[in-house]
Amino acid sequence: MSIQRRDFLKAALGGSLAAAASARPGLAASQGRDLPPEALGILYDSNLCIGCQACMTACKQANDMPVEFSGQQTTWDNPLDLSAKTLNIIKMYDGGDTPAFVKRQCLHCLEPGCVSACPVSALEKDPKTGIVTYDKKACIGCRYCQVACPYNVPKFEWDNPFPQIRKCELCNHLLAEERYAACCEACPTGASLFGPVKELRQEAERRLNMEPGQYHEFPVNHISTGKTQTHKAEAYVPKIYGADELGGTQVMLLSGVDFNKLGLPEVRDKSYVSDLEGLSSKLYSYMLLPAAVFGGLLYVAKRHGDHE
Amino acid sequence: MSEARPLGGRVFTIPFAFGVLVILIALFYLFKRFTLGLGPVTGMNDGYPWGLWIAYDVNVGTAFACGGYAMAILIYVFNKGEFSPLLKPAILTSMFGYILGGVSVFIDIGRYWQMHNVFLPWHANIHSALLEVALCIAAYCLILLIEFSPVVLQHFHIKDLQKKLNRVLFIFVALGILLPTMHQSSLGSLMILAGSKLSPLWWTNLLPLLFLIAALLLGYAVVIFETSLSGIAYQNFEEIRLIKKLSNLVPWILIVFLILRFFSVALQGALGAMFAGDLAGNIFLLENILLIAALVFFFQAKNRDKHSRLIWAAFCLILGAGLYRFNAYITGYDPGNGWHYFPTFGEAMVTLGIVAIEVLGYLWIVKRFPVLALPRKKGAE
Repeated sequence: MSIQRRDFLKAALGGSLAAAASARPGLAASQGRDLPPEALGILYDSNLCIGCQACMTACKQANDMPVEFSGQQTTWDNPLDLSAKTLNIIKMYDGGDTPAFVKRQCLHCLEPGCVSACPVSALEKDPKTGIVTYDKKACIGCRYCQVACPYNVPKFEWDNPFPQIRKCELCNHLLAEERYAACCEACPTGASLFGPVKELRQEAERRLNMEPGQYHEFPVNHISTGKTQTHKAEAYVPKIYGADELGGTQVMLLSGVDFNKLGLPEVRDKSYVSDLEGLSSKLYSYMLLPAAVFGGLLYVAKRHGDHE
Repeated sequence: MSEARPLGGRVFTIPFAFGVLVILIALFYLFKRFTLGLGPVTGMNDGYPWGLWIAYDVNVGTAFACGGYAMAILIYVFNKGEFSPLLKPAILTSMFGYILGGVSVFIDIGRYWQMHNVFLPWHANIHSALLEVALCIAAYCLILLIEFSPVVLQHFHIKDLQKKLNRVLFIFVALGILLPTMHQSSLGSLMILAGSKLSPLWWTNLLPLLFLIAALLLGYAVVIFETSLSGIAYQNFEEIRLIKKLSNLVPWILIVFLILRFFSVALQGALGAMFAGDLAGNIFLLENILLIAALVFFFQAKNRDKHSRLIWAAFCLILGAGLYRFNAYITGYDPGNGWHYFPTFGEAMVTLGIVAIEVLGYLWIVKRFPVLALPRKKGAE
């Protein structure tokens, strides 16, 4: 927050040459794909998921979220997709012989569109853990984050006269209690694995190199605890979803089925955030250009101003 | 010769009463919106978080309201003082368009009671294009009020303040050109973040430039349209002469816009997508047919000296350029996963109510305040 305040003041002071001479504060774009120093994330492995949905129950309890009814019934929590009541969902893909599962939640982008979009810093990326957090006290409900999210993750409480935006915050509130994302705490097979993104990426690479049919040790719950289970490795699509997508994400997925079929969009590597911030850093660097234009306009308006 | 003076006549006419009725219906739906939430009143959803109120009222509405901006550029930057009789009515339209655009934002945003956070530096996200839009539009609303205030001061014969204001008015004129340049382009920048959800027929890094030119085009088109109609109605040949001159300039801006537009689509490798036969492709064709029709009408109006062609040109330009900006927000936007959006009756009524306030407010003010440049009354020399 303090860094941003300084950014703003500098920008507001605009034309000062002293400011222009000093280094430009880092934009998301210029940081590229560098991970935050203690980046935390999740590796979801569709091949290990049994579709038990224990993670969904744990998520609702940990985040105090209401049950969601679909259709006529009012007994069972049965959300159809992510919503303002459901921050994490397991969906089953009917792939013929064997079903495949997919876990949808906030991917915690390295260059998050929602954070760049938010005019009031309600959505922020934690500089240490990289978790994209939401502050309802700042939010004005403009919903630009929803437009800017390539994965349609942030959800809005449409039926509430005093609505909020809802999205997964990787159980940020549990970290202080020495706990971690409730979905990963609850996952019985290691399909949802929590940990430092660096280690999760190595783990994902390791799995992609496994020979299908062979038995391997798979870490469970949290990659750093050393707890493992033995599973037979199945064939993977040779790709880590989230390694390169729009600059990369901290929640990554592995799957035996095309990610496209699982509802994950095919996107390019370069983030749209870097497009936009590249542009605005050219046009609005320290407000120099607007200040110069304003100077010119003052001159012509004064000179040509006697038309009334 | 002409002079700015009140049009006179009755304010409360039958069309006026009809407008009031529309506003009352809009108020009913607004009551529902503020008591039940946005969902029960609008067609918006998590796939289409922005609907008519942002895409039309704010995005297209403020561009329609760029007449004041567009004329100010012509008059002050290019020193075409002869056009200044057209400035006051243009600024009045702009004032209504922008202030009601701001009102629409307040209606649309979910947590409106925290709207002031936009103005608090410790909340500011300077990387947000929307913050820039919000601050610039708010500031420009104030500028428009100040730019229009001489009319009110003149009406109430407050000469002292009028003189003082005249001395510093050039500062507000300069801001009145700078601010719309910034936020009208940024309204386009906003959709850069929509990325792959926006069809390549609209998505391009040139969005800010195209939006800015579209705003200029709409500004001139609205001035030509309004002035042509009022010029015919009140036999104001002086205004018609000015409009004809203005119409020599506009088609050239339109040509630049069309070249950039097709160049940007080609750059995305998406030229073929316009013939895909889907909604995006078809609406793209409609949008550009309207713009090309406007171009043809403009050139016909020049050659054959037909004034009616000019009205058609402006009309097609308003529809085409307005559609461009609307499509870039809604029709060209597809979040996938089967999401759909169509405005509800209540949502549309709120938009119509806002348009009604603009029209009624404009009529009331031109009838009571010295805004329109009208022919001098006989014997008033």
